Amino acid sequence: MSSTITVPDKKIVRPRLEKPELLAPAGNLEKLKCAVHYGADAVYIGGQQYGLRANADNFSFEEMEEGVRFAHERGAKVFVATNIIAHNEDLPGVHDYYRTLQDIGIDAVIVADPALIQACREAAPDLEVHLSTQTSTANWQAVKFWKEEGVSRIVLAREVSLEEIRQIKEHVDVELEVFIHGAMCISYSGRCVLSNHFTARDSNRGGCCQSCRWKYDLFEEGPDEDALQANVGKREIPLFNEQDDPFTMSSKDLSMIRHIPDIVDLGVESFKIEGRMKSIHYVATVVKVYRQAIDAYCEDPDNYELKPEWIEELKKSGHRSATSGFFYGKPGHEDQLFHEAEEHAQYEFAGLVVDYDEQTGIATVQQRNHFKPGQEVEFFGPDYTFVQTIDTIWDEDGNELDAARHPLQLVRMKVDRPVRPRDMMRKESV
Amino acid sequence: MKKPELLATAADFDELKGVIEAGADAVHIGGEKYALRTPGRFSMEEIRTAAAYTREKGAKLYVAVNSLMHNEDLDGLPAYLSELGEAGVDAIVFSDPAVLMTARAEIPEIPLHFSTEITTTNVATINYWASRGASRADLARELNMEEIIETKEQANLEIQVQVHGIMCMFHSKRDLVTNYLTHRGEDRDRDTSLERRLFIREEKREDYKYPIYEDDHGTHIMSAEDVCMIDHLSELLDAGIDSLKVDGLMKSADYQINVVKAYREAIDLYLENPVDYEQQASELRQQLEAMQPDGRPLTTGFFFKEQIF
Repeated sequence: MSSTITVPDKKIVRPRLEKPELLAPAGNLEKLKCAVHYGADAVYIGGQQYGLRANADNFSFEEMEEGVRFAHERGAKVFVATNIIAHNEDLPGVHDYYRTLQDIGIDAVIVADPALIQACREAAPDLEVHLSTQTSTANWQAVKFWKEEGVSRIVLAREVSLEEIRQIKEHVDVELEVFIHGAMCISYSGRCVLSNHFTARDSNRGGCCQSCRWKYDLFEEGPDEDALQANVGKREIPLFNEQDDPFTMSSKDLSMIRHIPDIVDLGVESFKIEGRMKSIHYVATVVKVYRQAIDAYCEDPDNYELKPEWIEELKKSGHRSATSGFFYGKPGHEDQLFHEAEEHAQYEFAGLVVDYDEQTGIATVQQRNHFKPGQEVEFFGPDYTFVQTIDTIWDEDGNELDAARHPLQLVRMKVDRPVRPRDMMRKESV
Repeated sequence: MKKPELLATAADFDELKGVIEAGADAVHIGGEKYALRTPGRFSMEEIRTAAAYTREKGAKLYVAVNSLMHNEDLDGLPAYLSELGEAGVDAIVFSDPAVLMTARAEIPEIPLHFSTEITTTNVATINYWASRGASRADLARELNMEEIIETKEQANLEIQVQVHGIMCMFHSKRDLVTNYLTHRGEDRDRDTSLERRLFIREEKREDYKYPIYEDDHGTHIMSAEDVCMIDHLSELLDAGIDSLKVDGLMKSADYQINVVKAYREAIDLYLENPVDYEQQASELRQQLEAMQPDGRPLTTGFFFKEQIF
C-alpha cells in the first residue's frame, strides 16, 4: 500500500458560517430525527465499525441512508464517527467502508488515526475528513499540519482555552470544531489505558469502562525499608482520613450555555454536543436549548441575555454539575466530582407525539414511560413548552384506559395546544 | 541475526555513563523543556556534554521532545531544536506534529523517532509517519507480541519496544492530585512531584500501587508493575526488533544500571547461543525479581494479553 496521502486540489467551497453549526450526537435513527427536529444543523453517528462507542446501538447502512435522506431534506448534515485508533486487524475492509459511506451521501467522517484518513482520501475523495478530538490537537502548528494533510476540519483538544482557539484561528484558515456540552475525558483524550489495564477493554476502540471515575485511595510512600526495620506497617502514609471523599478523577460535565457570546465570538465553525449514548429526551432538550441561545445571540447580540429557563430546561434532562472545562483556564478542584451523586434528571420522558388532529385537538402519543389520567405533564417542541393535566386517554381502538402501561403503546389524548409529530411529553420524576 | 540496540533512560550524566558502561548502545534523556516522563531533566549544557560523551563511546543519544504542545510552547521550539542539532544529538523523540514540522525545517539531518504518546497501534499509521519523516516508531505499550511482530514485518522504519520498566497508563493536563488535596482542604504539604512518591490504590485491587505525580505537563499515572521481558527476548530478537528500551523512571541509578547489565547479558547470550539463553532465561528473570522494589511485581504487560472492545 502506498503511504502517501494524495491531497486533491479541492477548496472548501462552503462560505464561513455566520452562525456556528450546532452539531448533535445521534446514537440511533430515532435520535437523529429528533436532533434534527429540535434544531441541530448536523448530527454525528456511529456505524457498525470503526467508531468509539462499541456499546451504542449504531447505524446499519440502511439506517444511514434513511438518516441522510431525513437530514438532507431538512438542510442538515450527517457525519460518521470512525475515530478508533486502529490495530492491524481493524484495517482490512476500511476502504470499502468509506466508499459505501460516500455512496450513501454522508457529508463527513470523523477520524483520529492517520491510516484511516489515508484510506478515506484514497477510497472516497469526496468525503470530507474531520480530525477527531482524540488526536488532542492543541496548537496552531499541528492544526496547520493536519490541514496540509487534506483534513477539512479539526475538532480541537478539550484542553484549549478561548485565547488559544483565537490564536489558532488567526494562524490557520481551516474549519474548527469545539465541544460545548457533555461529558469529557479527564485525561488527554486517548492518552489513557486504565480501562485496557483494569478490564482488558480497549478504550481507543470503543471499550472504555470509565475507570477514571472509579474510587481510589491516595497514599504517600513512607521512608525506605532500612529506616523502617523497627517500624513495620508504617510504610505507606494515607493522605486521607476515614470520613474523606476518596480520590477520583471524575470531571464535571462541560456546559457552555452561560457563555454563548464568548464562544460564538470565537468564529469557530461548529459547536459539538457530546453524547451518542444519551437518551432521545436528553438530545432533544440540549439541542433545543442551544438552538435557542445561539439564535438569540446571533440575531441580536447587543440585547442578548441568558434566559433562566434554558438552565432549568437543561436540568430537566439530567446532567452532572457543570464546568466550563479549559475555556477559561486550567480546571481546578471545583471542576471535578468528588462525592456528589450524579444528578438525576428532574423529568422523565413519557411519550413521543406521532400524530395530531387539528380538528379534534387530539394527539396520538407513543408511550415511553408510565402515565395516567390526572397526571401533570409537560409537552415540548422545538419552540414551545406547555404544562397540562392529562384528561381521558384511549387506546388505538378508542377504548378508554386507566393508564398507559405498555412501552411503545399508542395512546390518544386531548392536548391543550397544537403539537407536532416528534414533539415530546415528559413528566416530573418521582 | 541482527543485533538490536539496547536503549536505556538516564536521569543525569552519571547515570548516563553508568548505563553505557553497563552495555547500553543508546541513551534516552529529557531536556528542561518538552520532555514527557523522563527520569531527569538535562540542561542544554549537560546535553552537549552527554552528546560528546556518547559519541566518544560509540553510543547514541536521543532527546525527548514529546509533550503535547500548546501555542505558547511553539515560540521557543525552533531555537530549542536547533540547539539540540548543534549539540549533535542522534535523534529527537516527538509526538506532536508541530515538532515534526519544526524539526524538518530546522534540523532536517537529525532523525525523528515518534513517541508512544502519539498512540499509534497499526502498521499503516506507522508507515504514514515514516512517509512524513519519522525513522523510528516507539510502539504503543498496549500492543501484544503478535501485533508487534506483524508490525515489524511490514514497517518501513525502525521499531522500538519497551522491554523493561514502568509504563504510563494515564496522562491528564489537569493537576488531579493538587485538586484532590485542595478539595480535602489541605493548604500545605503540596509537593506532588515524582520525588514525593505518591500512589493510588483502586478499591478492589488492594495489592496494586499505581504511582501518580504531577509536573508542568499535568498528572501522570504509572503502572503498578514493571514490565520485564528478559525471558521472552527470543521472539523479539527473532522478529528483528531494532531497539529494546529499558525505562528507569522512578528507579535508582543502581537499579537501572543492573537491569541494563542483565539485558546486555541476555541479548548477547541469545545471539551467541539461543539454547544457552533458553536455559538461563528464568535465572535472569529471578535476578531481576530479586532487585524489585517492595510491592512492585514484574509483569509481561500487554505483550500476551487479548484486548476486547
